Amino acid sequence: MTVLAIAEHRRGELREVSLELLAASRKLADATDGGLHVGVVSGDIERYTERLNREDVDVVHTVAYGEEFNHDVYTQAVTQLVEAVEPTVVLAPNTVNGLDYLPAVAERLDIPIVTDATELSYDEHLTVTRELYGGKVETTLDIDTQQAAVTIRPGSWPRAGGTGDAEISAFDARIDESAVRSTVTGFQEIGGEVDIAEADVLVAVGRGIESEDNLEIVRDLADALDATLAASRPVIDNGWLPADRQVGQSGKTVSPELYIAVGISGTVQHVSGVRAETFIAINDDPNAPIFEVADYGVVDDLFEVVPALTEQLTRS
Amino acid sequence: MKILVTITETESVDTVFEIDGLEIDSRYLSTDLNEWDAYALEEAVQIAEDGGGEVVTATIGPEGVEGTVRQALAKGADRAIRVWDEELAALDILDPLTKATVLGAVVDAEQPDLVFTGVQSGDDVFGATPVALASTLGWAWGTVVNDLQIDEVAHVHRELEGNLEELTDVERPAVLSIQTGINQPRHASLRDITRAQQAEIDTRSLADLDLDVDAIASPIEQTDLYEPESEGEATIYEGSPEETATELAAVIEETGVIR
Ligand SMILES: Cc1cc2nc3c(=O)[nH]c(=O)nc-3n(C[C@H](O)[C@H](O)[C@H](O)COP(=O)(O)OP(=O)(O)OC[C@H]3O[C@@H](n4cnc5c(N)ncnc54)[C@H](O)[C@@H]3O)c2cc1C
Repeated sequence: MTVLAIAEHRRGELREVSLELLAASRKLADATDGGLHVGVVSGDIERYTERLNREDVDVVHTVAYGEEFNHDVYTQAVTQLVEAVEPTVVLAPNTVNGLDYLPAVAERLDIPIVTDATELSYDEHLTVTRELYGGKVETTLDIDTQQAAVTIRPGSWPRAGGTGDAEISAFDARIDESAVRSTVTGFQEIGGEVDIAEADVLVAVGRGIESEDNLEIVRDLADALDATLAASRPVIDNGWLPADRQVGQSGKTVSPELYIAVGISGTVQHVSGVRAETFIAINDDPNAPIFEVADYGVVDDLFEVVPALTEQLTRS
Repeated sequence: MKILVTITETESVDTVFEIDGLEIDSRYLSTDLNEWDAYALEEAVQIAEDGGGEVVTATIGPEGVEGTVRQALAKGADRAIRVWDEELAALDILDPLTKATVLGAVVDAEQPDLVFTGVQSGDDVFGATPVALASTLGWAWGTVVNDLQIDEVAHVHRELEGNLEELTDVERPAVLSIQTGINQPRHASLRDITRAQQAEIDTRSLADLDLDVDAIASPIEQTDLYEPESEGEATIYEGSPEETATELAAVIEETGVIR
């Protein structure tokens, strides 16, 4: 069986998740002694191809068209590539842009799509493992068709290494310009006054805090530690803290010496942005996925534990 | 302007729950209006309030989800459509292409100018239905929208990873998937809630939408449902808040961050 992996790049850089995609695809192709084909669409394809030419990649198909990601171009190019290569599985990263075109490819080819895979296997048919309910439950899905489309969760596979000797093949995609109905006019970086990525100690607060007024208790804790206050997305969405405090996928990636997560459940979009030396979690739900990534935890009411901790720290 | 907003009821599992085969009993599940859909609805209602128009919601789900549909009506939707029948009920899972087919048929029947969806449903988190729906309709689309201006085209900010937004112009008609934080969803007043209780919800079957059972057949089969094995190595402290706080304070002092 052949696996087709579609690489991702942005603003002139191949995104690292593309290399994870190669590892996931290779594993799947190996399960059936199949070939690994890679597709790269738009931008500096020569440079991207050089990096994508890793061990065990058989063919890299390049589509020279435009610079940046455009979902209408990707949908057409990848649909045609799937028709030409006839892979059993076409894979893309489960990123904002991966999810912006692969469902349309699947719809056009009338093949099933499953997103956010954390494990993949193939034994007569494709089996996908993925999470439900914010990571508290896992499910496996069997897909019994000739072809399927899957997006993989970033950070779930290692990056493919080595150098390969893949065949480089220019793919002549016919892009119908009248079907390109969106235009990327620019990018905007979201800045702010506080750079939480610079902080050594972060106290991060989540939806468990319930209201803006309650922020007082985490502010006190942050003060006691001379720490910077950060937050998960709902706190920002509610306007309780400014956007520059957001940790996670669409916010900042932080790597402090100490991270204290208060009332944060630990969804992948949040914890993918945390690389702490010491990680403490306070949450009253023993099944909260945050305890999977924490080093130390307390399963209890934050309204009790946080003030008690602040008091301990100010006393000592 | 007429805007159709897709609304789903999401389930979350309670602190303590059990899995029985491929099911979690409803007594362990809480339900609510999908977080992302609340923002999509608010965006549509604000546009209709500012420039006139109609907001129609479309929901796939059994009678039990009508409470959530009524929440959407209380928060400003003018009309609600709910699609359900035995054939939908018999499905193992509602996969994105199935949802897109059914919602696409509602859009065909309603002919709105725009469709707003949430970025994802909080429970099954496929995040693929908005684009699949646009593709079914042959419409343009824009996803993970956190800022929106509409004139002849939709000027959207798409929220990418890492504090970066893509500025994109999307032709109309379009399906736009709305991200949380784009607005502040309103709370319904008691009067609106009462009014929504009495509102008529337009219920349709697949046949009403000219769909047959083959159109929703899914080759995806759920084979297992389980609590993930803990791979974490966290040390969990137990005891009174004073006791656990003392333990945490010791850990913090150990890290040497207190100077
Ligand atoms: C495209 C996209 C990008 C995203 N980007 C980000 C991002 O950058 N950053 C981010 O954080 N999220 C992001 N999200 C959102 C993410 O999916 C989650 O919705 C969010 O992280 C949840 O935040 P939370 O953990 O604070 O809230 P919840 O998941 O609601 O968790 C609240 C937690 O508080 C606990 N709790 C409640 N009361 C108490 C109490 N009294 N004492 C102790 N514990 C209590 C609960 O047990 C629960 O675990 C993104 C989502 C999408 C779709």
